[in-house]
Amino acid sequence: MTIITELARWAIPFILFAVPLYAYFRKVPVYETFVEGAENGFKTAIKILPFLIGMLVSIRVFVDSGALELLIGLFHPLFNALGWNSEVLEIIPLAIMRPLSGSGSLGVATQLILQHGADSFIGRLASTLQGSTDTTFFVLAIYFGSVGIKKYRYALKVGLTADAVGLLASIWIVSKVFS
Amino acid sequence: MVNLIWLIMLISGILVSAFKGNIEQVTTSALQAAETGIEVAIYLMGIMSLWLGLMNIAEKAGLVKSLARITSPALRLLFPSLRPDSPAFGAIIMNLCANVLGLGNAATPFGLKAMEELQKENSDPSTASPAMITFLALNTSCITIIPATIIGVRMKAGSINPTEIIGTTIFATGCAMTAAIIVDYVFRKRSRA
Repeated sequence: MTIITELARWAIPFILFAVPLYAYFRKVPVYETFVEGAENGFKTAIKILPFLIGMLVSIRVFVDSGALELLIGLFHPLFNALGWNSEVLEIIPLAIMRPLSGSGSLGVATQLILQHGADSFIGRLASTLQGSTDTTFFVLAIYFGSVGIKKYRYALKVGLTADAVGLLASIWIVSKVFS
Repeated sequence: MVNLIWLIMLISGILVSAFKGNIEQVTTSALQAAETGIEVAIYLMGIMSLWLGLMNIAEKAGLVKSLARITSPALRLLFPSLRPDSPAFGAIIMNLCANVLGLGNAATPFGLKAMEELQKENSDPSTASPAMITFLALNTSCITIIPATIIGVRMKAGSINPTEIIGTTIFATGCAMTAAIIVDYVFRKRSRA
């Protein structure tokens, strides 16, 4: 595992080192080329701004008001009916928050880890879930928004199905590996 | 569907706040969220400029093309609707690499660039193309070998072994990615029929 953490430390410095150096030997005017590409960063950020704000406002109002908690309450009987360990229920807020908001779900995950302990079942499950799924709903809104797509067709269904599979797989593997 | 979800989140949030006698919360949350949006966009501007600048260098040096060529057999299977020499492949592969390495903030610029390229080959610019949906399915379920942020949180929370969740994370995300590819395939076939 130390190899993996080392890899994480070196990844960005290595890319910054190797790409321009290689390009220079291929006779690419590196600085000018960089600037030319960087220009688009500005434009793209401006283009996604309305989608970003639109989504953030709706999600924040939904979460801060306590409506999310009510929704989570609705899921409890369902999970109980599935006969799952009541401990697993603690993960529901994270599972629902995860596709909506990156910072929000990180907050929930952090809180679960602090509350239950990093090396508890819930702590490990929260860590696995946070690391293994993405902010699907949010990503779709921003990515499609950036190019003006209005009809998502089946994209949301595919993304959310994958998230659900990720949740079930997380619960299964964490109970298997760490028991 | 997005319109509906967006509306439901907003309306139910306001109703719950009103019901709880805490209607000021709506004002605070909405204004703060709008502010956060600007902050995120400005932050992204810097990061995106950095990575898109670097990607331009990699492109001009032929690196993106070689990367796309190495991975093209797999990519062509996943994206049958794209031309084999589509410029979208380069951006798609860079986005997936950034995701795998856990470089979340590098993934976004490459991902948006990929969407731009995919849009050029889209026959109806207001509707998602099958290739776009496949790309987003891969992107949102992509394997991360280094979940750096959560490892940091675990360290701070005093975990004895903060990196022990890497294995379980790779397994869970592998399942999610497999499911994404299968479900996407099924929907794609069905929508054409």
